[in-house]
Amino acid sequence: MRLLNLFKIATKAIILNKTRTLLTMLGIIIGVASVIAMLAIGEGSKESIRTTISAMGSNMITIKAGADTRGGVRQEASVMESLTLSDYKAIKAQSNLLSYSTPVVEGKGQVINGSNNWPSSIYGVNPEYLSIKVVDLQSGSMFTDAEVQTAAKVALIGQTVVDNIFPDGQEPVGQMIRFNNIPFKVIGVLEEKGENTFGQDQDDVVIAPYTTVQKRILAIDHLNQIMASAISEEEAPNAVIELSSILREQHKLADSEDDDFHVRSMEELISTFSSTSEMLTILLVAVASISLLIGGIGIMNIMYVSVKERTKEIGLRMAVGGKGSDILMQFLIEAILISITGGVLGVLLGLGATVFIEKFLNWPTSVAMYSIVISFAVCAVTGIFFGWYPARKASALDPITALRYE
Amino acid sequence: MSKAIIKIEDLKREFTMGTETVHALRGISFDIKEGEFVTIMGSSGSGKSTMLNILGCLDQPTSGTYEIDGVRVKDLSRNELATIRNEKIGFIFQSYNLLARTSAVENVELPLLYNSKVSTEERRKRAIEALEKVGLGERLHHTPAQLSGGQQQRVAIARSLVNNPVMILADEATGNLDTRTSYEIMSLFQELNKQGITITFVTHEPDIATFSSRTIVLKDGAVMKDYKNENIQSAANELAKLPKQDD
Repeated sequence: MRLLNLFKIATKAIILNKTRTLLTMLGIIIGVASVIAMLAIGEGSKESIRTTISAMGSNMITIKAGADTRGGVRQEASVMESLTLSDYKAIKAQSNLLSYSTPVVEGKGQVINGSNNWPSSIYGVNPEYLSIKVVDLQSGSMFTDAEVQTAAKVALIGQTVVDNIFPDGQEPVGQMIRFNNIPFKVIGVLEEKGENTFGQDQDDVVIAPYTTVQKRILAIDHLNQIMASAISEEEAPNAVIELSSILREQHKLADSEDDDFHVRSMEELISTFSSTSEMLTILLVAVASISLLIGGIGIMNIMYVSVKERTKEIGLRMAVGGKGSDILMQFLIEAILISITGGVLGVLLGLGATVFIEKFLNWPTSVAMYSIVISFAVCAVTGIFFGWYPARKASALDPITALRYE
Repeated sequence: MSKAIIKIEDLKREFTMGTETVHALRGISFDIKEGEFVTIMGSSGSGKSTMLNILGCLDQPTSGTYEIDGVRVKDLSRNELATIRNEKIGFIFQSYNLLARTSAVENVELPLLYNSKVSTEERRKRAIEALEKVGLGERLHHTPAQLSGGQQQRVAIARSLVNNPVMILADEATGNLDTRTSYEIMSLFQELNKQGITITFVTHEPDIATFSSRTIVLKDGAVMKDYKNENIQSAANELAKLPKQDD
């Protein structure tokens, strides 16, 4: 009852000083709005990185031959021929945490169809490749395990390759093309994926059985990579550990020796990118928090002036029976009301700004619930913290002096 | 014999100013009985304001006893004093001390806001009754800026009545008003006094004292005179005698 009355008194004081209250709130409004907008931008970019990487296959794990020192000369990883088909078979046989896996051999060359030609890359893989990379087919079908066994000259091509060697809109499936003068029958076209985060055209590829590419194009018997996909995103780090131990055993590495291969999961990539954007977010929020702090000081300033200005009123309230605690609560409630109302308006403005940024600047944004909760809590605390000192000052006034104050 | 509302015995109040001790009140004793209309007079420096502060429970005596409505005020805490002010005293000030931009009825409600025993409905009802009693029943929602000085002081009087105090304490309540309006206010006080309300009026204007039933004159912190007024003037009659205003 008493608190309700004090609440009414405080509301009344706020309503009587609309302009001043609004100006006081402005600091808080801008502070909260910027915290929310900044966090939304940060979260948005983090999320967009995650989606892009997920589109590349978020469970994906790649194994590459690692750098090695031969006769004291450090070798580039791609030169290494330490990854073999038996490594792949061992992984396939021993690992429990993989849902798909494929050997990968890759080469560059010219794709030719009649008078049209186009430089592209060829990837030799097995049929599980599509599941690992999360790619569908536009038309045609994937080659079979039997075709891998027999090193059949069949290939699937990406949209960029289609555009360049079938410029007149011919249906590619069923056509014969040549890659480095080796004829391939096109049996399917890959779904368009566009560029990845790094600006690589993911549609500029030719996919063929790895046996075919090994024997007929590259004339090698080692593998460039092994690609696999963990049974889930959460298991990916465990799968990395498991694969490492399988490979160490395969390569008969002593405990003292370093790995001669690299196992990487997308999770690492995601966290690398996320931590960069996280740092940026922290920086932005730090700047925004400063404006929130200044907003809080603004409240203290105004409340302090307000106490001075209303000294006589405080004296009167005390004379007619207001206790020190009543006066304290009155001013504290006023400060909290100002900061919380400012907080609500700030949240609304922040959400508005976020929508604006998304719509007109085309930046990815994502409003996290926690950002709203946090900035709101900070507001309430700001109100209490910065309202306390002036309120305390008001409540400690001597009614006699306050009444005589001019 | 009506009961004593105020009992003061050998009341002393000293202030320490640096190294010097100022004796504002040097042993004052008097009682105020229910239904009395007392004026406390004295020139500046007589201890009048200190007396008022102590009577109003805004200040504590250094020694001696002060009892209001059976409650010994000495050694009460700040909060307990606030409660006594809230329940037993109605204050009226020279400069009205109304809350600006706040309607008359809300100004009158103020003391009841600090009394949690009074509900919102009762608060409004009592405030309206008090305003009707002072003749402002038609101006409940006017703000101080829309009221004349006399009307503002009436609102202040209504505010002092709203908590049914045992005593109204007025501090130079007519000091800011012209003669005509002060007579109007004095006649209102006399009317309230006739209804049984105890009034203590602190002033330095001698003609105000003629409207009261008793006068206590302070000088240098002591009671110089304390006499019953045999010939109480009627403020209403004095008002009638004033020349008519043209406007």
